[in-house]
Amino acid sequence: MPRVSYTAPTSIDDAVKALAASAGVAKALSGGTDLLVQLKSGRVRPEVIVDTKRIPGLIGIREEGDKFVIGAATPGIMISADERLTRAYPGIVEGVDLIGSTQIQGRCSIGGNLCNASPAADSVPPVIAARATAVVVGPNGRREVPVENIVTGPGQTSLQKGEFVVEFRIPKPLPRQSDAYLRFIPRTEMDIAVVGCAVNVVLDAGGTCTEARVVLGAVAPTQVIVEEAAQALIGHKLDDDTLKRLDSAARAACRPISDKRGTIEYRIKVAGVLARRAAAIAFDRAASRA
Amino acid sequence: MSKHHVSSVINGEPVEFLCEPQQTLLDCLRDELHLTGSKEGCGSGDCGACTVIVDGNIVCSCLMLGVEAEGRTVLTVEGVAEGEKLHPVQQKFLEHAALQCGFCTPGFIVAAKALLDENKNPTEEETRYWLAGNLCRCTGYDKIVRAVLDAAAVMRGENPPSPAT
Repeated sequence: MPRVSYTAPTSIDDAVKALAASAGVAKALSGGTDLLVQLKSGRVRPEVIVDTKRIPGLIGIREEGDKFVIGAATPGIMISADERLTRAYPGIVEGVDLIGSTQIQGRCSIGGNLCNASPAADSVPPVIAARATAVVVGPNGRREVPVENIVTGPGQTSLQKGEFVVEFRIPKPLPRQSDAYLRFIPRTEMDIAVVGCAVNVVLDAGGTCTEARVVLGAVAPTQVIVEEAAQALIGHKLDDDTLKRLDSAARAACRPISDKRGTIEYRIKVAGVLARRAAAIAFDRAASRA
Repeated sequence: MSKHHVSSVINGEPVEFLCEPQQTLLDCLRDELHLTGSKEGCGSGDCGACTVIVDGNIVCSCLMLGVEAEGRTVLTVEGVAEGEKLHPVQQKFLEHAALQCGFCTPGFIVAAKALLDENKNPTEEETRYWLAGNLCRCTGYDKIVRAVLDAAAVMRGENPPSPAT
């Protein structure tokens, strides 16, 4: 691999300084499961790598009032093992758990999955569907932004020089709120999403949907929040007509490419199917949380 | 650019080594510490031949920098046996002939040991999912899975019959 310098600061301020001070490209390192591959291939040539994992809070899950806070570098294995998160947001845990192999799970993080900015990142749709925010720090201080504002295109983010994500803040779910994430791949394990779909719903006591968010992955340059799909659910139970309108809305929101994993037509078709299936799971879970 | 001084515990022994920042843990194990059991298959985290256990979790040592091992506890395939006594997973790999060329074997042994440390009675499906990040182009996986399930039985104190020879 090309030469690079490495630092592992133990405070946010020192990390920001190290990232901002570099004359060339500076990369924040969390689990490294994307970054190291890109270093080896020469796709990124940073002057400095700033390892964020020794900063307090970057690894770990805590509760703060009505929020869950997940450190941006928290490895997948720790997220899957967290019973509070698994109960509150099984869809987020499903998304995280689909990133790579057991080996990758020991390292991969939501922060890395998000900032790698792949349209197919599995943890991102359910995190957006849960209306999570990302806390970003940088030379101009700290800002909290909706997670959907971070990725701007494949491999591109809205993070400025010296900035990195320290944590995700996720509102705790309401009593009859739950979620689901489904990914379609042509094999059973170890592949990249052809389509991913997260559905997060709130139901009333009678099982009618009062709030919803539907987020698609791998069908556009970034994750897509499908407002029309949420509107198809809100005010309804999951009857055939609602499912039909959800399917159409999900398909209409797709702007995919054709590649070796699937054609444009195939991805659009699968997006509708996954939206229906994920909604069915999310509705069931929300009803059983009552 | 100066080398980093790294202190880790590797296979139970405190170890110090020097490395360049861009060297992977796998590079450091093989080239600096001469622990050549961990193999480089793909170098991109797809094949699992470089699997090691870091602080209790399996990782691809090709996707971790050597400098990140500072203060960490690492177990490689060289540390799986206890002296001359093979780990049940190693013994069952031999009995089942769960290897042909052998290049993927160290990664499978380490990953399977970690599975059995955490789950004493894995199903075949759990075993196959756990090992999905380890690729083998020779065996077709069946003998590997049988070996791991048999090793689990041995570790539970059961006495599975040896495979027919």
